[in-house]
Amino acid sequence: MANFEPWHADRAHDIIAGFAGLRGASLPILHALQAAFGCIPLEAEPLLASALNITRAEVHGIVTFYHDFRRTVPGRHTLQLCRAEACQAVGAEALGAYARAALGVDWHGTAADGSVSLEPVFCLGLCATGPSALLDGHPVGRLNPARFDRMLETLS
Amino acid sequence: MTRVFVPRDAAALAVGADGVAAALTGHADIVRTGSRGLFWLEPMIEIETPEGRIAYGPVEAADIPGLLADGLLSGTARHLRLGIAERIPFLARQTRLTFSRCGIVDPLSLDDYCATGGMTGLAKAREIGSAATTETVLASGLRGRGGAGFPTGVKWKTVAETEDPQKYIVCNADEGDSGTYADRMLLEGDPFSLIEGMAIAAFAVGASKGYVYTRSEYPHGIATFDRALSIARAAGVLGPGFDIEQRAGAGAYVCGEETALLESLEGRRGQVRAKPPLPAHKGLFGCPTVINNLVTLTTVPWILRHGAAEYQAIGMERSRGTMPIQLAGNIQRGGLFECGFGITLGELVNDVGGGTLSGRPVRAVQVGGPLGAYFPPSLFDTPFDYEAFAARDGLIGHGGVVVFDDTVDMAQQARFAMEFCVAESCGKCTPCRIGSVRGVETVDKILAGQNVDANLALLRDLCHTMKFGSLCALGGFIPYPVLSAMNFFPEDFRPAERLAAE
Repeated sequence: MANFEPWHADRAHDIIAGFAGLRGASLPILHALQAAFGCIPLEAEPLLASALNITRAEVHGIVTFYHDFRRTVPGRHTLQLCRAEACQAVGAEALGAYARAALGVDWHGTAADGSVSLEPVFCLGLCATGPSALLDGHPVGRLNPARFDRMLETLS
Repeated sequence: MTRVFVPRDAAALAVGADGVAAALTGHADIVRTGSRGLFWLEPMIEIETPEGRIAYGPVEAADIPGLLADGLLSGTARHLRLGIAERIPFLARQTRLTFSRCGIVDPLSLDDYCATGGMTGLAKAREIGSAATTETVLASGLRGRGGAGFPTGVKWKTVAETEDPQKYIVCNADEGDSGTYADRMLLEGDPFSLIEGMAIAAFAVGASKGYVYTRSEYPHGIATFDRALSIARAAGVLGPGFDIEQRAGAGAYVCGEETALLESLEGRRGQVRAKPPLPAHKGLFGCPTVINNLVTLTTVPWILRHGAAEYQAIGMERSRGTMPIQLAGNIQRGGLFECGFGITLGELVNDVGGGTLSGRPVRAVQVGGPLGAYFPPSLFDTPFDYEAFAARDGLIGHGGVVVFDDTVDMAQQARFAMEFCVAESCGKCTPCRIGSVRGVETVDKILAGQNVDANLALLRDLCHTMKFGSLCALGGFIPYPVLSAMNFFPEDFRPAERLAAE
């Protein structure tokens, strides 16, 4: 289960300062900010722009280009469900539909009780044991609706 | 205590390997390894016995108490027993060069690595000198395993001949193709081989810094490689004047394209660069850069150690050496199969893979990831070879083979290809950025029965424009799955007529 800090500009400053001197540091910084705060709030963009000496528009472009970076804090758990071809061949589309119905959300949504955020992912490299998922970073394979339900039951 | 090998590869973890290891704790000396790549048998554990390593699988944690009572640790328990691991037909048929260590050694033991021939390739390179090292790679016939198949030695030579004081080695570990996991297995199962391969490349071309760009979807690979890097650095094996840094991607498929990857490493949006200049002349931070796929770099130590001739002797025509082929999707025996080029697609899918997991007939096989063509069984005589696949409007890509049974709707697969391109296009060139959006719309019109003939012709025309007008392989190759679906499975694009006929 993820524990994120509330947004705090001073804390963000410290994180960004930790990457001083690193060339091409924007992705490492964004990953670090998201690990701390659960997302990249808009307020982070000017801090990054001044640290990297680029425009805020450029920072905005980078943040929105990459699928990994979120604008809002995810639920207590994040489930990344694979939707790529190898998992499609063993029922990922049906499983995805089941998951969305079970959680009452669409892709990128968070269940109303805040328990789980559902993210689509295009390949986890677990293509011979699909359908596959990462639950809070832990790999899960050979999923079907029954196993999906059991997996959800273990969550708090 | 008896040594028992339990994989810690992410795919083994996905099906319960940690639970198996926990159940064995206290009963055996547990060594966590990478995976042998026999994924239908994972979790597959191996017991060290005087006769060899005896494999059991697929083992669940709940099986362990019974197996222990029946003599698991002497290799005599019969339930789930697979025999000596190397003699399992799927493994016995392979030629494992790049994957010779994966699933066998503790990936974070430098002693294991060196005891199995590790670091002798680097020693050999230093002995023969940088020019001879590049010549060896050139003579081996090794081509880029990321998909483009460009001769590796030519890239190295180009960089070696530049005068720039700063040069880079970049490893492309942004393995985004569905159905591929060779990079992941090596990162998790034999990370030192990548370090050695990069050190050899750096020595050959005179680079002082290496970067490994690993996709963020591989958290276990990233963690294992970072630990291996610290161990190698502390042991001083990187050599003087060379260091490696790993960077994580952020979920953009297009960053597997080499120039987009360089943009991303430099901290920008992963947008494709126009070539020329080639990365070999102006690559990372404007400096000469060798950018190779992870499998390419991890194959280099073997070539240096055994010589170019031995590698070159394997394969067919211009595809020399071995290819780690990854069997995936709806397949009975899914896993990593490294063999010389030339094996046919049919042998791979039916003989090695055992046909579909569902037991239904194979309808289509997508080779080479989301940009690869869908081949019907009538093309199963195609040998696994860069040119043979290209001659049939396909590509081998990074070696992924995804099997679909007869329940697949090929019009939906064509739609998915376009939809994927909409989501992943970097936006730099118009054919890819706009063409993919129009592609989805056109497939939808066809499936809705609107002017089907005219829209099918339009979709072909659009594919032609994308193929020849796009800046990189994303927009340029997305037409392959679409056109192959239209050519080999035309009935799926006329659902209304099919319904009427039934």
